[in-house]
Amino acid sequence: MAFLNFFLSFYGILILILILSTSGYYYSAKIVRNQSLKQDVIPHSLLSYYGFYSFMWIFFPSAILLIVWSLFSKQFIDNQFFDILLNAYPKLPESFIYLKLAQIQNISSGLLSSNDEIMNGLADRYLATNALSLKLRLLFVFLFILAGIIYSYYRLSPHLKARIHIENTMRRAFFVAALVAILTTIGIISALLYQAVIFFSEYPIQDFFFGTHWSPMVALREGAAEKFADEDVAGSTGSFGMIPVILGTLLVAFLAMCVAIPIGLFSAIYMAEFASEKVRNIIKPTLEVLAGIPTVVYGFFAALTAAPFFKSLGLLVGFDVSSQSALAAGVVMGIMIIPFISSLSDDVIRAVPQSLRDGAYGLGSTKGETVTHVVLPAAFPGLVGAFLLAVSRAIGETMIVVMAVGVAAKLTINPLESVTTVTVQIVMLLTGDNEFDSVKTMSAFALGITLFVITLILNVGALSVSRRVGERYE
Amino acid sequence: MFLEELEKDMNNQNYEQAIRKSLKRRYAKEFRLKLYGVLAISFALSFLAIFLYTIFINGYTAIQQSQTLISVQLPSEKILNEDGELDIKKSRNFNWSGLVKKSFRSSFPEVNEQLENRNLSSLVSENAGYQLRLKVENGYFEIGSKVQAWIKTSDDVDMLMKGHMDRSSPEKNRRLSDQQIEWIDKLKEEGKLDLFFNSTFFTKADSREPESAGILGAAVGSAFALFITLMLALPLAVMSAIYLEYFAKPGKITDFIEVNINNLAAVPSIVFGLLGLAVFLGFFGMPRSVPLVGGMVLALMTLPTIIIATRASIRAVPTSIRDAALGLGASKMQTATDHILPLAAPGILTGTIIGMAQALGETAPLLMIGMVAFIVDVPDTITSPATALPVQIFMWSDSAERAFSERASLAIMVLLVFLISMNIAAVFLRKKYETKW
Repeated sequence: MAFLNFFLSFYGILILILILSTSGYYYSAKIVRNQSLKQDVIPHSLLSYYGFYSFMWIFFPSAILLIVWSLFSKQFIDNQFFDILLNAYPKLPESFIYLKLAQIQNISSGLLSSNDEIMNGLADRYLATNALSLKLRLLFVFLFILAGIIYSYYRLSPHLKARIHIENTMRRAFFVAALVAILTTIGIISALLYQAVIFFSEYPIQDFFFGTHWSPMVALREGAAEKFADEDVAGSTGSFGMIPVILGTLLVAFLAMCVAIPIGLFSAIYMAEFASEKVRNIIKPTLEVLAGIPTVVYGFFAALTAAPFFKSLGLLVGFDVSSQSALAAGVVMGIMIIPFISSLSDDVIRAVPQSLRDGAYGLGSTKGETVTHVVLPAAFPGLVGAFLLAVSRAIGETMIVVMAVGVAAKLTINPLESVTTVTVQIVMLLTGDNEFDSVKTMSAFALGITLFVITLILNVGALSVSRRVGERYE
Repeated sequence: MFLEELEKDMNNQNYEQAIRKSLKRRYAKEFRLKLYGVLAISFALSFLAIFLYTIFINGYTAIQQSQTLISVQLPSEKILNEDGELDIKKSRNFNWSGLVKKSFRSSFPEVNEQLENRNLSSLVSENAGYQLRLKVENGYFEIGSKVQAWIKTSDDVDMLMKGHMDRSSPEKNRRLSDQQIEWIDKLKEEGKLDLFFNSTFFTKADSREPESAGILGAAVGSAFALFITLMLALPLAVMSAIYLEYFAKPGKITDFIEVNINNLAAVPSIVFGLLGLAVFLGFFGMPRSVPLVGGMVLALMTLPTIIIATRASIRAVPTSIRDAALGLGASKMQTATDHILPLAAPGILTGTIIGMAQALGETAPLLMIGMVAFIVDVPDTITSPATALPVQIFMWSDSAERAFSERASLAIMVLLVFLISMNIAAVFLRKKYETKW
């Protein structure tokens, strides 16, 4: 009995499928060999292809069924019980029905005990339905396996063009794999756009893009709306004017670039033009360690070391620096981006043809003059491309700002004050126990599509700019 | 000014002097350029040093945890059943925490007042009772005997012991009162308070109490998620790379796929989190906070990285190999899978390891799909709620307690050790199996 129970579980069925399909592989090869000996014909393909042919027909249909069933059966059963509950308690609002459903699940798993007859009955039914679903899963998977075995057995013969079948299937699978990249992009755009469109149907689009007041949390606190009654957009829905958030994002990105561009560029110039091969081989990987550090670690550093440092430094000089200043986040983010800029710029500078340098030397320029007057101008478009990519990264960077800057949106460009960014707002709006379909969470998707579009423009711009420099010297 | 001088020299036919003067200036300029480069690099490197140093200084103490010695009279009939054996149910209901606190207080017979009693009791960990219960249930102590047991102190005592709490600051700014510090010093003098190896950190999941919190739960969550990522991203990436390199006919669809891959590589990671939230959780109704969904999102994120690396290493295999295989009668597919792929494998492996390292350190998309929950159990399947290592670091560094940020630092060190060893493995594999054609 315990043996049977094992085959009811996911891994049990998986093992069953694997055992049957591998034995299918060996038997098919054997069958075709015997047939070809008997009929005295040479099989069309190598014997292993006949094995794969059976394996394919036994393994894939049943494995796909297993995965789909496992992923969606719980959802399906829950939906059924949701309808049953809806009929049993017609007066309750939907959120209570969800609660009842969770109760049923807990009662059936023994976490909760109830005195309610209806609930206990439903819990028993729930348990029975789930058990039945497991049994049906085994039954149907087994039927699929059987169908695969029978079909491949009837098709097997030395004349079957097994290799062609398999190669065509593989080619189709490869094509589908390549489509995943497109599907991901389509998924991103449609998911973000779908939510954003719903958001804009409830909140005017021009107020979102041009409003100067951002306080989505007002919706949570009843009565707080009066406080903002004098603002242009207010009310119980909160206000979603994006300008201060975008301004904060740009401020932090600007500060990061102020650190990253000079340091990254000068490092790259030194590494590409002045450093000996030996020095370069040490410095370049060491700098790339900076790129390998996870952003959450930079965030930790920004929040716990850099921010207090800038605050005390400010006190020393007589400035009032916020403990969540844009400065700390920006500087740390800049340091994170240094290796990004330095290695991209290094590549670009080294891609400048040697003939240009030789020409400059021949005219009597020093190495320094060659770099500043010949190499850098030639590399300029590529460098701009690198900078654009870096800006795109800075804008989309999440963890550093989530940990080091504030959540309150202020319309300011003072780096000593606390600002907020697009990514911080998205994280704040979507983590925690939020309903999925409130205006608040949908505004996060509107911010998300804005972020996606901005970074997309920067990336495409960077690619087209740097492609131009490649063509110039080919 | 310089130009005027030069002109004057030139007019006086004093060429040599003119050139010498200008050369000096020109070389000075070059020297400055070089200097800026050296300064920039040393700034970046010194930052790296400062960075690692602060993390280390912040966190190395978390490897130890302070414990205090109490002598405790263990209960007998209260946790035994009729046959005189340990009754787990009774033991669970027994007030171990009260027993520990009472025993701890007995070291200070002079303390009688209720408020003082409470201040004294707060020095031991809230979970010390649980710790003692486990020791008794596992047969570490004999039931009913009077034993000496080391139990965990609260995180405040721990911080004081490690010197992370400033004794000289005014009393109300400290989390421990003067009297509490006095008690702690007395315990220390008597040898009843000491630092021990913090095994909890490596064997437990998250907790509300820093002294009971560990990274095992998050590490297992990360491992599950990475497993899913590897299982999805590697086959998909290899398949699409082979398609793009060998089967794709140049045309609009191929161009479009390539543009997409390049763009996806630069899309902010949080956007992938939004995709996971809206599509996997919202549309397909998958559960929140599970490594399965986390791994799927990370797979989509690392896919472009691995595809680009795979294509590069496929392209590095010389066409002569391909021509030879085709010439001997192999089909196009056989050439790709039997000849090109094995030769490109080291490069693919290196790219995959780098992609996995990137996925291991990623936090933002996991926040979106709810892997940021407070979970006290080590996950046992890919569909049980879990967090990941970087998310655990994020949650701990958000906590007010100093002891949590200490543990976050140690967790960072653990994460960095993983990442560095993955990267070293990638470099090593590349060096060892790289073929020069």
